[in-house]
Amino acid sequence: MSNTRGHALALEGVGHAFGSTIALEDVSLSIAAAELIALLGPSGCGKTTMLQIIAGFLRPTKGEVLFDGNRVERIPANRRRIGMVFQNYALFPHLSVFENVAYGLRARKTSSAIVKTRVAEMLDLVQMGGFASRLPGQLSGGQQQRVALARALAIEPGLVLLDEPFSALDKNLRLDMQIEIKSLLKGYGVTSIMVTHDQEEALSMADRIVVLNKGRIEQIDAPDALYDRPASLFVNSFIGHANFLRGSVTADDCVRLAAGPEIRLAKSTQHCRGSAVVLSVRPENISLVDSNKPGAIPITVRATMPLGSVNVVEGVTPTGEAVKINQARLSSIAHARVGSGAWVAINDMTAVGVFSAPAETFSVNGAKEF
Amino acid sequence: MSGSATHEPRQLLPALPLAALFLAAFVLPLIVLVFISLFRTPQFLELSPIQYVKFFRDQFSVTVLLETLLLGAEVAMLSLLLAYPIGLAYLGSGKIGRALITFLIILPLLTSSVVRTFAWIVILGRDGIVNSTMLTLGLWDSPARLLYTWGGLVVALTQIQLPLMALPVINSLLRLNPNLVKAAEGLGAGRFRIFFTVVLPLTVPGAIAGWLLVFAAAATAFITQTLVGGGRIVLMPSYIYQQAVGVQDWPFSAALSLIFTVAVIGIVFLVGTTSRRFARGIDAV
Repeated sequence: MSNTRGHALALEGVGHAFGSTIALEDVSLSIAAAELIALLGPSGCGKTTMLQIIAGFLRPTKGEVLFDGNRVERIPANRRRIGMVFQNYALFPHLSVFENVAYGLRARKTSSAIVKTRVAEMLDLVQMGGFASRLPGQLSGGQQQRVALARALAIEPGLVLLDEPFSALDKNLRLDMQIEIKSLLKGYGVTSIMVTHDQEEALSMADRIVVLNKGRIEQIDAPDALYDRPASLFVNSFIGHANFLRGSVTADDCVRLAAGPEIRLAKSTQHCRGSAVVLSVRPENISLVDSNKPGAIPITVRATMPLGSVNVVEGVTPTGEAVKINQARLSSIAHARVGSGAWVAINDMTAVGVFSAPAETFSVNGAKEF
Repeated sequence: MSGSATHEPRQLLPALPLAALFLAAFVLPLIVLVFISLFRTPQFLELSPIQYVKFFRDQFSVTVLLETLLLGAEVAMLSLLLAYPIGLAYLGSGKIGRALITFLIILPLLTSSVVRTFAWIVILGRDGIVNSTMLTLGLWDSPARLLYTWGGLVVALTQIQLPLMALPVINSLLRLNPNLVKAAEGLGAGRFRIFFTVVLPLTVPGAIAGWLLVFAAAATAFITQTLVGGGRIVLMPSYIYQQAVGVQDWPFSAALSLIFTVAVIGIVFLVGTTSRRFARGIDAV
């Protein structure tokens, strides 16, 4: 069994408009064979449109789609050899599990002997060998998803597309299925693209994540890099939790926070003196401190949540910015009482992101609540 | 559970007026009809099941019944063949297209079936639209007889009853998960394979509902059968009318009515139950 059987995929300047509504704007992207990519973004960001274009259900209004360097925009969906796993699996409810998996093979006029062995092979792969004669309605969500994947892989696709594949599963099953599907796709060596609005899903599954916003690509990077070095305020607020503190640049590497103290950053802010900026600080990079510590920011504690391995403290600065602190459970200064004042400080200045303050009313704290 | 059971009689109360009407205007006459059919002669003298024996021994009567049922089945089949293209066109249309198709389907329902039938007489008649067109174009040498023929009757009834088929079929198509069609397409299936392996099997309930409605309506369509079929084609409704009003043989026409009713209901029941077994699993998702 060869280890890479997937297409390399490239999008070049792809755009799509529904009437006057632009769903996707000048998107370029290249994906290596056997890579697992997640398209991540809030609803309406264009990720589903992008998937439909790759699948061939939509013809882009402009740009090129290339499989292994060959243009495919004019090839209809039924001749692209793409395995698709739909949000609610879209198994054919009137056909048995066997017939569902066999569907793509029969559509290709495969001889019935080959169909039989191939379907059995696929059902074994997804551990559904004993369910061949069941109807989809008699299966659990996780089992339906396995069948949907077997059906997609049965046609030996060059590309597997997964549209919100875990959203119909309950939370406990989701992580198990993510691990299972990831290892199946990786083991099979097929290029895979999955669409999701769930950042945890994208972070746990994908080799690289494409963050989309309003029809444009914000950033393409590995999960770690996205979390540690977000390229924009949007990515920062979308991936993981972040605290946003307003301030203005006072020197090349100094920012005076609206909430009080002036703090010295690890490197140049790359912004002009006097310009309004937003500092992004992850909850694990901020902790409760004594009031006399330099750079300490005053907050009023609004809630404390003991979440097992960490205690989460939520507070608000005098200027109204919400601050979330992840405090190690056995931390010595974990005495925050709801309603009382406290002081927080940033642990590691190198992990602080600096972005230009958005022109409109500052609302990134709202935007991260997806 | 027990709570809902005690409330049940009260919940049925609003249906009472309709139930009373149904009883007075349908069930009671039906019982009277059964009673009438059991008399030996038109003079209501002696009770006997002879009318039924007479019907099944008479080749002509049995043929009339079978041809009537055949007419219903043919019209229902033709409507089914026409309804799917309409339904698929509806599904593929935008807002305006859908409104237009809906309007065109509903429109015939808003006119009386007498008017629609006369329209067909104008179309199919000796000097009708079809004949005059074909003669003008020189395609036919002499006017063909279209009115008072079996084919003319089937076509006219199909047009008149088509809404009963198109509406349930469209409803079924709308409830079909569009991702199933995309899934089939993505797996490599062409249009025809998608239609016959996914769309058709999953919309069978709508097709059956429409088939049964059209079958029953076409088989019993007295006005259209009489006017478009004329005196040449004798079918159950006109046969009953002729026996009751013309011959004044009430027992026999009562027996004819009951046999016809049982035959139509029997077919509706049979087709309904067998098709439901084939449609298993469709609603299981």
